[in-house]
Amino acid sequence: MNILKFIESFADERIMQSMGTRRESFAQFGNIGKNLAMASIPFGLSALSSKAFAKDITATPATPIGALQFALTLEYLEDEFYAMALDSGVIPASENGGRDLKVFQQISAHESDHVKFLIAGLGGTASANFVAKPTFDFTVGGAFDPFNDYPTFLALAQAFEDTGVRAYKGQAANLITTPDLLTAALQIHSVEARHASEVRRLRGLKGWISNAERGAGMPAATQAVYDGEGVTVQAGFNTAAAFGAAAGSEAYDEPLNTQQVVDIANIFIV
Amino acid sequence: MKNEVKIQAVNPSLDSRRSFLKLSGLALASASLLIAGCSDSDDDQPMQEDTLPGVRNGVFDLGSGDFGVLTYAYALEQLEADFYTKVVNASSFNSAFSSLEREVLTDLYHHEVVHRDFFKAALTGALPNPSTQLLPTLSFNYGSLNFNSRTEVLATAKALEDTGVAAYNGAGRLIKTADYLLLAGKIVSVEARHASAIRSLINPNSKDFAGDDIVNMSTGLDDAKDPSKILPIAGGFISTKFTAKYLP
Repeated sequence: MNILKFIESFADERIMQSMGTRRESFAQFGNIGKNLAMASIPFGLSALSSKAFAKDITATPATPIGALQFALTLEYLEDEFYAMALDSGVIPASENGGRDLKVFQQISAHESDHVKFLIAGLGGTASANFVAKPTFDFTVGGAFDPFNDYPTFLALAQAFEDTGVRAYKGQAANLITTPDLLTAALQIHSVEARHASEVRRLRGLKGWISNAERGAGMPAATQAVYDGEGVTVQAGFNTAAAFGAAAGSEAYDEPLNTQQVVDIANIFIV
Repeated sequence: MKNEVKIQAVNPSLDSRRSFLKLSGLALASASLLIAGCSDSDDDQPMQEDTLPGVRNGVFDLGSGDFGVLTYAYALEQLEADFYTKVVNASSFNSAFSSLEREVLTDLYHHEVVHRDFFKAALTGALPNPSTQLLPTLSFNYGSLNFNSRTEVLATAKALEDTGVAAYNGAGRLIKTADYLLLAGKIVSVEARHASAIRSLINPNSKDFAGDDIVNMSTGLDDAKDPSKILPIAGGFISTKFTAKYLP
């Protein structure tokens, strides 16, 4: 692709905000952002890039503080998503014996706790390490309607929880020098995994991820959340040997690195 | 439910196998106080050397450091794998459980066997002298647990999965090598997915998948426990004696 034409198309705000572009694919969108970032520096167009993505979050440093800041931004996203969903009334109150509403009230309460816990861990809102909540658009410019369409809400909830599990895992090494913070992050990580399992099961899927499958009913746009989950060799051991690749890959969740998660989160940040 | 209570109770009498495990936990508590005292008095003191797993005074000890933690995980995965192997091979498996429950329990059987065999292979490859340092295959005794009872099996599975999550969450900080920490992270979230699913099978229309009994209601944090708190629980089912004198 002609890189100048490519950048030009993105500098045009009308195209940037058009639903057509947004709708295409999460994965593609993330890649476009990356390509643009790489392309913009050699071409001396970093000003353009920062204008186009003025509110996007950037990768946090590979430090304990960076890991907490990164985690806080993800928790902001989840917390606001569930709070808005509960306010909107999109979650059915009586179906499944009230199961869905009970599940999302509990998940919402946990995400809200995680936000408070991480802000406190960063030294409070007045601390230099504090990061403010970005502005989220869960409709992605109108491409999704999660607060009126319950299946869309469920699909995004699954994508956020499965992303959360992979994101925390990817930060563990950044916390290895701070055991108390590492323990707390692990304690949040497993709660995200409990959530992910239940949301997947509400959607009729297994609680665990088979191969790199996003699962039935998930928009193709969410595939970036599942890419790389199909690993069947762990430290040289073939996990597919005993019961096949699906079981072997299910038995291990894979990490996402900071940039991969930032690319996913930025889809919902305006 | 009856069984869950049973495995969490620790028999205080000194001549039982369980109290043996408990005793090692107590010995350990005083040992870690001693270590804390040392490091306080001299910050420049080099890091205490790891103790390798192996037989000491006739009993296998899990050791300390990364190999100690991995061996500890191997012991827990042996228990989980053995438990689910018995579950799916029980004579009433097909009649006691719904097809959905059988699918979940069969998946858990697969995952835990893979975890167990992974730790065996990883430790065999990494230990300096695996012939003496690899934890042997453990024996298990489930007492009166009825593997044909849906209620008892699910209650025990819930206890084992929650215990597994708390164990990995508590042990993460003991791991010094980033690659091993990541491997533990890859496994613990799957254990948490299991715990959630089992809890949801037991009480589907509820918040029990991440219930207030296990996730702290003000912090939203899951459980995390030291090995000395985990082994008396898991040890109720493990009939092979071993100690964990060098783990906190």
